[in-house]
Amino acid sequence: MMAKRPKQISVTIDDTPVKVPEGTTIMQAAEKIGIRIPRLCYHPDLSLAGACRVCVVEVEGLPGYVASCSLPVWEGMVIRTNSPEIRQARRDIVELILDNHPMDCQTCERDGNCELQNLAYSLGVRERLFAGRRKEFPIDDSSVAVVRNPNKCILCGRCIRVCAEIQGVYNLSQHGRGFTTVVGPAHLANMDDSVCIQCGQCINVCPTAAFLEKSSTDIVWEALANPDLHVVVQTAPSIRAAIGEGFGYPPGTPCTGKMITALRLLGFDAVFDTDLGADLTIVEEAHEFLTRLESGGPLPMITSCSPGWINFLEKFYPELIPHASTCKSPMSMLSTLAKTYYAERKGIPPEKIFMVAVMPCVAKKFEAQRPEHRMPNGRPYTDAVLTTRELIWMIKCYGIDFTKLPDGEFDAPLGIASGAGDIFGTTGGVMEATLRAAARILTGKKPDRLEFTEVRAVEGLRDTYVAIGERNLHVAVANGLNNAKEILNKVVSGEDHYDIIEVMACPGGCIGGGGQPYPPEGYHILDPALLRKRASALYAIDSAKQLRESYENPALEELYETYLGSPGSTRAHQLLHTSYRPRLPRGIR
Amino acid sequence: MNTHHTCTSTTDNWPEVKAVSERILGEDLVQFIEECRKSPEPHSQLIAVLHRVQAKFGYLGASHLDAVAQLMQIPAAKVSGVASFYHYFRLQPRGKFIINLCLGTACYVKGADRLAEKLKDELGIHFGETTSDGLFTLEGARCLGACSLAPVLTINDEMHGTVTPDQIPIILDRYIKRAREETQTSPQT
Repeated sequence: MMAKRPKQISVTIDDTPVKVPEGTTIMQAAEKIGIRIPRLCYHPDLSLAGACRVCVVEVEGLPGYVASCSLPVWEGMVIRTNSPEIRQARRDIVELILDNHPMDCQTCERDGNCELQNLAYSLGVRERLFAGRRKEFPIDDSSVAVVRNPNKCILCGRCIRVCAEIQGVYNLSQHGRGFTTVVGPAHLANMDDSVCIQCGQCINVCPTAAFLEKSSTDIVWEALANPDLHVVVQTAPSIRAAIGEGFGYPPGTPCTGKMITALRLLGFDAVFDTDLGADLTIVEEAHEFLTRLESGGPLPMITSCSPGWINFLEKFYPELIPHASTCKSPMSMLSTLAKTYYAERKGIPPEKIFMVAVMPCVAKKFEAQRPEHRMPNGRPYTDAVLTTRELIWMIKCYGIDFTKLPDGEFDAPLGIASGAGDIFGTTGGVMEATLRAAARILTGKKPDRLEFTEVRAVEGLRDTYVAIGERNLHVAVANGLNNAKEILNKVVSGEDHYDIIEVMACPGGCIGGGGQPYPPEGYHILDPALLRKRASALYAIDSAKQLRESYENPALEELYETYLGSPGSTRAHQLLHTSYRPRLPRGIR
Repeated sequence: MNTHHTCTSTTDNWPEVKAVSERILGEDLVQFIEECRKSPEPHSQLIAVLHRVQAKFGYLGASHLDAVAQLMQIPAAKVSGVASFYHYFRLQPRGKFIINLCLGTACYVKGADRLAEKLKDELGIHFGETTSDGLFTLEGARCLGACSLAPVLTINDEMHGTVTPDQIPIILDRYIKRAREETQTSPQT
């Protein structure tokens, strides 16, 4: 059925007439004529809060000021977005927000990319008129991934909304009231004891530094300065698609070569590509899928690369644990190989290797610490996880002029990867890579098509059938865990049968991960336009490659021949597979 | 705000949730909550449920709130957020004796502020807190309607009028003795 075309409403904004569809808010209408009304708690992809009042405007006939984010326009409405009084009101509001804020900008992690700082500057806050009592709450750094600092919190509620509405986790809520209102998990317990899945979306949407990743830069600097250590690094597929934004490149600019050169300058002894881990994951996962298909399940098989999703699985859907692929994530596979296969080949004792993983993700910090991903001596295979943001900062801190760098190349033997590995960094990418592999195995020949555009799901959810050989596979792709719930509930109830489901915790997949750069001017976090650009960088890298199937990766061929045996072999299982267990507290789904 | 969850959502551990809730909240409350769940807007019953829990236990502990969250299938953060917002809900157990000091105008003029200082001093707690032995909770009231006896305070249901700071230790002592006698005469379990 065709949707009814909404009624057009005529309004006047700052003497400019404009027509907008019924239901448009004042803020949206103003954007149409090129006015971006200042805002703070507003986020286009989250529900309206109307909490901060920064976006106030004047409407003829209404007393006082109204919040433009939440008031829909009506026929003949006359709006004024600017006047000395309105600007003063906005300035007063922001001054009051700043009143109990620490204002330690120079020593703050968000210095230079803080929305509150930018807003205060653009509104002309130049002195502190109301300096009063400051917040003095304890900082919660109990989690290995997400640090909560309520002193920096301005109670905009974006974190609460992203956690509930996009991720379906609902770990955060306002507690108490008045001056002592605090955003935190149930009972204001430690993040570590909460249902938090460490996806880091709260960090992404936070306008200040109330949520941050736990920094690992110190231990990485230390390792790099230690002459006794062989320090190796791997970079996830989505890093190359987003790192450029930190150095002024427009979103969607692939920066693989410069990133590699920068890592070498930082002093890493070898630069590996997580994409090889992704290829390996695909081969192992395709083998696992076929085994499940032949031996009667359990199906669907659900992908397991996204550590935020795995945390969600263990806390919210533990009964589906048998459905999760036992394959380690590409990061953990590559780290394991670095300290076994690579260590043996190079003749370096594994304990002398320090493995750093650059990830778009804060949950990877948790994954790296899991007891399942440790060497027999108890040390983790992955010693440190840096987010894209942390790496950008390290490159700047070192003084590297990123834009002027020549292109470098990944090191053998863990640096050769197929295009299927590259697209792992975006929603639908793991599915597409799997389908490429499944097509080869099920038909026994090189597949006639490599691109499965029907599973590219930037919008959040795909549920479709893909014909491969004689089979018609029912597949689903979900990103953002609220979307995943829709599919998972169908699996739980048995309402629908699926063969493979790809779940990535973050909106857009890893390209929208909790550790990715704060969006550049003109984009917002969770912005589909931004996610599409980052994804297109990965698809461009993939389509430009000769090598596009994990099965054709020569590095993998050698790896299996000389070290692992065959996919699914005992050794492959020992090194490349893992297990999951229900975790508490139990989440409400 | 859009809450994005429904009470009908399934959980695979329902028998466990019920067993734990019955142990923590008791069968009567579990039954009450299950009745609430049948209403067309089960989530809007949260505050009513919290009232019942507090009426039974005197306060809302973390384990009570978690049990309510699981049983109503409402995220625990939401439940504890609601409980911590309202002044009426107490998150800590209250003492055996609730001291309500009137801070209304008449009592204030007659020296309630000095009584407040003395009480805080003697008990070692602030308003809203409970002594570590669990005997006294100190609370302030706006007006107890006994202005002719100002300054007044009540301890549980007993009224004390025209109190002076010197009398505070004597009054408190009476209740401490009463508590001691009660524990001595009550049958040991």
